[in-house]
Amino acid sequence: MSDIVLKTENLTKHYGGVHALQEANFELRKGEHVAIMGDNGAGKSTFVRQITGVEQRTDGKIWFDGKEVNFAGPIEAREAGIETVFQNLALADDLDVPSNLFLGREKVLFNLGPFSILDRKAMRKATEAALVRTAVKIPNLSSTIRHMSGGQRQCVAIARTATFASKLIIMDEPTAALGVQETAQVENIIRTLKENGEPLILVSHNMRQVFDLVDRIVVFRRGKIVANLRKQDTDGNDIVAYITGAKTGQAELQAA
Amino acid sequence: MRPDGGKDVSQTSHGIGGLSYDAKKRPWPAEFNVFLALVILVVAFELIGRVFLGDSFLFNTRENVSGLFNEQRLQIIILQVSIVGIIAIGVTQVIICGGIDLSSGSIVGATAMIAMSFAQVATVNGNPNPKAMFLAQGWTDLPVIVPLLVAIGCGLLAGLINGFLIAYTRIPPFIATLGMMVTARGIAKWWSKGQPISFPTESFAAIGKGLMPVVIFISLALLFQLILSYTKYGKHCYAIGSNEDAARMSGIKIANHKVLVYAIAGILASLAAVVLCSKNLTAQAGMGVMYELDAIAMAVIGGVSLSGGRGSIIGTVIGSLIFGVIISGFTFLRLDAYYQEMVKGVIIVGAVVLDQWRQRRRAIGA
Repeated sequence: MSDIVLKTENLTKHYGGVHALQEANFELRKGEHVAIMGDNGAGKSTFVRQITGVEQRTDGKIWFDGKEVNFAGPIEAREAGIETVFQNLALADDLDVPSNLFLGREKVLFNLGPFSILDRKAMRKATEAALVRTAVKIPNLSSTIRHMSGGQRQCVAIARTATFASKLIIMDEPTAALGVQETAQVENIIRTLKENGEPLILVSHNMRQVFDLVDRIVVFRRGKIVANLRKQDTDGNDIVAYITGAKTGQAELQAA
Repeated sequence: MRPDGGKDVSQTSHGIGGLSYDAKKRPWPAEFNVFLALVILVVAFELIGRVFLGDSFLFNTRENVSGLFNEQRLQIIILQVSIVGIIAIGVTQVIICGGIDLSSGSIVGATAMIAMSFAQVATVNGNPNPKAMFLAQGWTDLPVIVPLLVAIGCGLLAGLINGFLIAYTRIPPFIATLGMMVTARGIAKWWSKGQPISFPTESFAAIGKGLMPVVIFISLALLFQLILSYTKYGKHCYAIGSNEDAARMSGIKIANHKVLVYAIAGILASLAAVVLCSKNLTAQAGMGVMYELDAIAMAVIGGVSLSGGRGSIIGTVIGSLIFGVIISGFTFLRLDAYYQEMVKGVIIVGAVVLDQWRQRRRAIGA
């Protein structure tokens, strides 16, 4: 039990009459990378939104880091140690890389409330260290996000996540809008995270990517978890069958 | 090791997707362009002056006065913009934060009336002060700190109301501050039933004497430029202005920050009011009309983006100097004052068009 980072029990979300998520039971262990797959509207993003506190669940329980949790908002989830890379990157276009990395949690030299003096050197150093750790290459740290390509932006967002996530990282389709080489870069970051033993939930449509990167694949269909498979026990056709509903029923993986 | 040898990708390319960084193609800071515009403007007036009037705009041409430059003109250029400039410092922060403040001119009017009432002398030429508001109460000849605190209190109150309305009722800043603009002007007129309030104490009159407005303007500009560059408050201003959702997701308390920004803008407007009525030795209900638009124009000319997230106090100060040079230049060329306003309007629109153009050019990566 002690190595379980995240566990949900009967997690359910209704939007009015729409049952977007029904009784999802999910587990994530330390150092494990899990992919969440499924068709559009299958409940993937709904599931993520309940865990990260962006929305409030209708029913069910969530345990995180050994404690039962009720996040009132994304900030509480973040403070508890869950970092999320959202589809709409939460970056400020007119700020440079260190400012974005430390947005909302700036290092300060003197604490004067809102007028606290920023420790710009320390933030820059920490940013450089974080980029090295995640193997992200940004040519110029002082240029603003506005001047960066989609891939660079995504990498900044991910580096930011990786810098602060003490316990769990969630990525919602991090490469959906990226080119081939940019995707490779993001995937390398994910591998680095795996080497560092940081647990991760990856929402993705990309079958090749999922099989390259993660340990376990969870498939959502019509708001339910229909498959929970170790990578070596399945293949692409199998997963597609679950996603499309050709293969049904609960394919449960026995927790080893 | 990585299974696909992917490490090579990150190590061989300069950036992602092989993007390289060319330091020479780095965009100039917007302030540099604004400064260039200022220089061009001064040179233009200088040339026109030399050719058509045989006189210099910038340099000293009189024998009975020493010095290389025409110091009197330089002083006037900055003196005539320093009071609106003080307002523009606050307006700049509001615009960087993605808002707008239309109420500053009216706050100047109301604050000038109220503060002046607490700065009056008891007797004028041996007679009781005919304009004294609080003669009966004996609130005359008060130390200068009293009207100063009253003024700051007025500005703070108006700014807080603006801020709370915008942060908590979520009405657009344009509407909230428009309401304050009309209300504050009403208060200015109601306060003394339209009568001017005059005869301030000597210590109060000293605030706006001579070049004091310039000193106050530059000091405040420096202070707030440092705050914007080096504090959490400044960082959050730019963050909220450039992506409010991102700022919220990052845990910045948006509502608190907005209240603070509008409160600071209100206080700066009230300080401008103190300098203005101290300099004029009187307060009138019509004071500060249109100042809000001049302040916004100074900020916009100075490179502050109306869509938020970009700009600086230094830019606004240069913008205010452009304003001053235009007014002085037109006087120097003996052109009618009416032309000044027309040209001012064209310049404001031109500055915004230029800003849009710059943004679009940046977006396509040219």
